Amino acid sequence: MSPALMRVLRVVVLLSAVRGAPLATVTLPPVILEPVPLEPVPVPSEPVRVDSGADQNISIPINTEQQQQQQQVSLDVDVMLTGELNPNHYPARRAAQVVLHHLNTRYGSPYWWGALRQVHKATAEALGDSGRKYSLEVTLQDQISGTKETCTAEVVFPGGPAGGPPQVTTSYEGKSEINTQAQEEALYNQYNTSQNLLSGHNLPDSYGHVAPGMEPFWHLGGVASSFVMLKESSENTLYNMAQVVSVTQLATENNQLRFNYDVLLHEMVSQEIIHWKLLASWSPQEGVKASQMELLPKCHHCEPPQEH
Amino acid sequence: MGVCVCVCVCVCVCVCVCVLMCVCVNGCVCVCVCACVRACVRVFTRHQVLRISAKDELQLSALRDLEALDHLQLDIWIGVRDVSTPVDIRVPAFSLSTVKSHLDYYEIQYSIMIRDLQVHDSIYNFQDMLVSENPNLVSKIVIGRSYEGRPINVLKFSTGGTSRPAIWLDTGIHSREWVTQASGTWFAKNIVDTYGKDQVLTAILDKMDIFLEIVTNPDGFAYTHSKNRMWRKTRKPNPGSSCVGVDPNRNWDAGFGGAGASSSPCSETYRGPSANSESEVKAIVDFVKSHGNMKAFVSIHAYSQMLLFPYGFTKSPARDHGELNELAKKAITNLASLYGTRYRYGSIINTIYQASGGTIDWTYDQGIKYSYTFELRDTGRYGFILPANQILPTAKETWLALMTIMDHSSRNSY
Repeated sequence: MSPALMRVLRVVVLLSAVRGAPLATVTLPPVILEPVPLEPVPVPSEPVRVDSGADQNISIPINTEQQQQQQQVSLDVDVMLTGELNPNHYPARRAAQVVLHHLNTRYGSPYWWGALRQVHKATAEALGDSGRKYSLEVTLQDQISGTKETCTAEVVFPGGPAGGPPQVTTSYEGKSEINTQAQEEALYNQYNTSQNLLSGHNLPDSYGHVAPGMEPFWHLGGVASSFVMLKESSENTLYNMAQVVSVTQLATENNQLRFNYDVLLHEMVSQEIIHWKLLASWSPQEGVKASQMELLPKCHHCEPPQEH
Repeated sequence: MGVCVCVCVCVCVCVCVCVLMCVCVNGCVCVCVCACVRACVRVFTRHQVLRISAKDELQLSALRDLEALDHLQLDIWIGVRDVSTPVDIRVPAFSLSTVKSHLDYYEIQYSIMIRDLQVHDSIYNFQDMLVSENPNLVSKIVIGRSYEGRPINVLKFSTGGTSRPAIWLDTGIHSREWVTQASGTWFAKNIVDTYGKDQVLTAILDKMDIFLEIVTNPDGFAYTHSKNRMWRKTRKPNPGSSCVGVDPNRNWDAGFGGAGASSSPCSETYRGPSANSESEVKAIVDFVKSHGNMKAFVSIHAYSQMLLFPYGFTKSPARDHGELNELAKKAITNLASLYGTRYRYGSIINTIYQASGGTIDWTYDQGIKYSYTFELRDTGRYGFILPANQILPTAKETWLALMTIMDHSSRNSY
């Protein structure tokens, strides 16, 4: 009998006992409950990597005092934030997230939306007045198909008070595995000739639900938001898109489908929810572009309309 | 008398922790209903819970017909069983007139048990139901009141003794992290279901008590349903400011006032005017201090998929860093064994960011060695709005990590 069924039967028997319901004699073919499928995070074929944490390089058990001394040494290195970085600590992770935002601006589409899966190696160096440079090896994953790829990247956070957006270069050469061209063409054609312009809101809704027909526009919103998140990123931020508040299609121009987006971004370090508007244009040939990006002020008195 | 082999898939309209109940009626028809525990039911004003008493087979049959009408979105709390047992059904506002007409047509008696059900009431009702059904294992303690006057409930799981060493679990301190309150609800049910069956849990509960606070920020939770899904803080107004609320995970007396929290009331990480200024925090502080025998303290958040230990306010490693690190590694390995979900682990300040006034920095410095914070699923795709179909897998895998920590605490008394 499958473990899932065993578990369920245990619950059933226990509950019946608790509730005092009589158990009668009936035989019916049992229904097997499968574990609930989740978003495409495939079970890794290699053993699960568990070498996170501060003591990553310590592989033999040693007493607490010794560990503390070594920990103290590695902490001094972290404070200076140069040289070899712990790939699972936040400085490397923030830089790696910037790489993903960059890749989304270059390769993203309604059918390709990249996310950071793992940082393998990271180093940082100071460039004097020019800022700081991170060199990284990362695995990224398309959130739609689950396809993974590893690449190297460099991120320069410019120095000086003006700051400016980070500059990113990578070894990534474009999606090689999954061919999304057919889907993209179909979507483009469907909405290019359509009389009714698309609109939607709350993608996902409060319960994490996105209607299947709206999923590509959720993905597109995420990709377009990466343009904002890229330019807003620094060593002190980590951005994700929290929700598409609204998407409204405009008339096609220059063969680009165009959409006004209203999005909520989540910035992890400040924990703020930041409201941006932008204009996203897309075609299978040109990819995604974002323009007219506008920060909306945080309104403390007004409540956004809640959909239920 | 045999064992009923009827197994039902729970068809719930919303996010549910399904309590399956299988009843064989008349020896030939298997009627399966689901008592749903809702953590995020859609809030229509004037949800009502009706208690319905069928007096004969005809009326029972009419009730079953009603249950079968999916578009009514009925939530059956206690299902159709026999003529002597009342049926409790939550009816959304838009179905009320249909249901009542149906009942009136068949002259079925009913009363309005709950006139205006709010979502957090569902979890409160669940807590009361769990206690009343398992009086020898579960009790409820009200440890305080929220700013808006809601009770702060803690479930105590105990097999006896006096002031036994204890484990504390809390969920929902940041109200927008809905997967956590839902998981906490599942943990409660799972403890009740598996005590006496699961060797490890039974051994733990024979030595230690478990305290579980599911809705740690009830005002915030209500607000995420009524007004702003992304609300994080408490709902206490700040004098002299139009901005409301304090970050309850920056309000503890550990490094309070230092870097890693904001002094602006408009900020999501506002520390508050003083440590423990929030009644939601003070309630736990008072409870922990007066209990005096907590051995493990786990505060559950979302999202990022991390298992964290002190400190957040300082780079100095905790005295027990080595042991906490090793235990974290074990816990997330066990977590990953279920669905392959990958977690990172480490101290707060290294892994995520500097944070001052945090919960587990305070509990650790109180001497509660096994102090941990979880950040549950996911890593940013859905973020705070994790879909319903990920709630049970998240709760189940997280439970494996919690069991690792609880088992270790139980075997390593100090």
